[in-house]
Amino acid sequence: MSNNIPGDLQYTKSHEWVRQVHGEAPNGAIEIGITDHAQSALGDLVFVEVPDVGRVLQAGEACAVVESVKAASDVYCPVAGKVSANNGALASKPELLNEDPYGAGWLFRLEAGASARASSLMSASAYETFLAEESK
Amino acid sequence: MAFIPHTSDDIARMLETIGVRAIEDLFDEIPSELRAGALNVPPPLSEMEIARLMTMRAAIDGRPLNFIGAGAYEHHIPAPVWAIATRGEFYSAYTPYQAEASQGTLQLIYEYQSMMCALTGMEVSNASLYDGASALAEASLMAVRSNRRSTSRRILMLRTVNPTYAQVARAIAGNQDISFVPVDFDRSAGRTLLESLISYSGQDFTALVVQQPNFFGNLEEVDALTDWAHQNQIMLIAVVNPTSLAILQPPGQWGAAAGAAAGAEGADIVCGEGQALGVPLASGGPYFGFMATRMQYVRQMPGRIVGRTVDVEGRPGFSLTLQAREQHIRRSKATSNICTNQGLMVTAATIYMSLLGPQGLQAVAQASMQRTADLIASLAQVAGVKRAFSAPHFHEAVLLLDRPPAAVLAALARFGILGGLDLSERYPELGHAMLVCATETKLGVDIDAYSSALADVMSASRAAA
Repeated sequence: MSNNIPGDLQYTKSHEWVRQVHGEAPNGAIEIGITDHAQSALGDLVFVEVPDVGRVLQAGEACAVVESVKAASDVYCPVAGKVSANNGALASKPELLNEDPYGAGWLFRLEAGASARASSLMSASAYETFLAEESK
Repeated sequence: MAFIPHTSDDIARMLETIGVRAIEDLFDEIPSELRAGALNVPPPLSEMEIARLMTMRAAIDGRPLNFIGAGAYEHHIPAPVWAIATRGEFYSAYTPYQAEASQGTLQLIYEYQSMMCALTGMEVSNASLYDGASALAEASLMAVRSNRRSTSRRILMLRTVNPTYAQVARAIAGNQDISFVPVDFDRSAGRTLLESLISYSGQDFTALVVQQPNFFGNLEEVDALTDWAHQNQIMLIAVVNPTSLAILQPPGQWGAAAGAAAGAEGADIVCGEGQALGVPLASGGPYFGFMATRMQYVRQMPGRIVGRTVDVEGRPGFSLTLQAREQHIRRSKATSNICTNQGLMVTAATIYMSLLGPQGLQAVAQASMQRTADLIASLAQVAGVKRAFSAPHFHEAVLLLDRPPAAVLAALARFGILGGLDLSERYPELGHAMLVCATETKLGVDIDAYSSALADVMSASRAAA
């Protein structure tokens, strides 16, 4: 099972990752995707649906769908905010998410308020521990 | 697979294995006040006794001349349709979907989907649904999922849509916080005027439901209605009669707004009742619903979809596709957890359409339309009977009587004629209205029999009065 966990990202228990992107929105923006563990568990993706730009999301809201030949799963928004960009390339190339989950396979960017940042996101090491617990 | 019922020994053994004393104990979870209790059902009958009882009951129905349509249509069904559909290979208790064991069934469904796409002018069809009414409920739910520009969960429902369909849609979708707003029709034309929609312009609605031909048999101005919906970012749900599509414009081509974005024309979701395609009238069912849409909405469509593919050796074959929409994968978030594929009815419909071909279906549609025109002309000659509406019609029309239709229809039934559907409860504002239908199965002599019986009934009750 593929299980790359970059140290500079934050993680959720539902296997999303969050990257701080500086200098984009006034308060910076965050980029969101699903982890290597998640893409590997789903298998070859055949369809990815990303939220429309401008959509306002609540923390924990189901906002994207990743679908493989054997499963479909919702992606939950890690923090509240407004969608500022989405990865349109996934529409025709869902395999980008399998090949490069932390890069070309990003899902969307969010303008999130500063307060939203102080949420219960995990560090890479915490996520690694969480995965180990989960697989027991 | 053997379908042999368990013996009492089998049952005893199974109960012992799971450590339960009696079958009743398995239902302990259900509070006693919710149990049905003793059912008032007579004791079992032998095969001979039941055959005799059923023959006797069937004889009570007689062989009436049927002029009722209203969503269920009596068409001639060529003998090969059910001779083939009831072959063991098709006539299964459950539609098999295992690709490696079910290529025949899967190909048949694929052909069905292709035919429905050709008829409706849409890009993708599912493998069918329960019936026309539940298909409209599913289409309403699908529109709410699909129309991202709308958050209102409000759907405009023309009052000329089959009232039973509207009722079923409300019953199913209403529980999911979706509301339906009725839109009135023009009393003299018997169809919807664009003006009655204008007051809703600029408001947030998810979808507009248009039935063509409408419940009264009349033709709606579907191009104008479709364009209006799209101009207001409202999805257009078309409820259509598949027979009529042989001669009417397919819903995929409705609307012609100058300057409309390319590809924005046409209905967004098409649904309806498929019974007219080779399924006999039989005490209300089983029927089958159909649904088709554009590719951009396919992931929101409920139901099975069969696709054409190739196996590992490159040979063409068929399998279920886009299954991640469905309940065995998506569970509670599936596009539907209450729909099915009416496999056997679809088998009959596919054979029916294959046998008739486009020209045959066109002949059925034209003959039905002509017979209804003849019927209306003939019945309108009877004193106290006139046509209700001025709009052009397909194979149904509304008549106005000078007295309540119920008694007239009861008197016609004594002549062995089912004269039509009394509309006075569903549309009290129309007065003494009834809906009549003639398909290609009604010949000149049948129409003459109806109009002379109606003349007798009307003059007899006038004399009595």
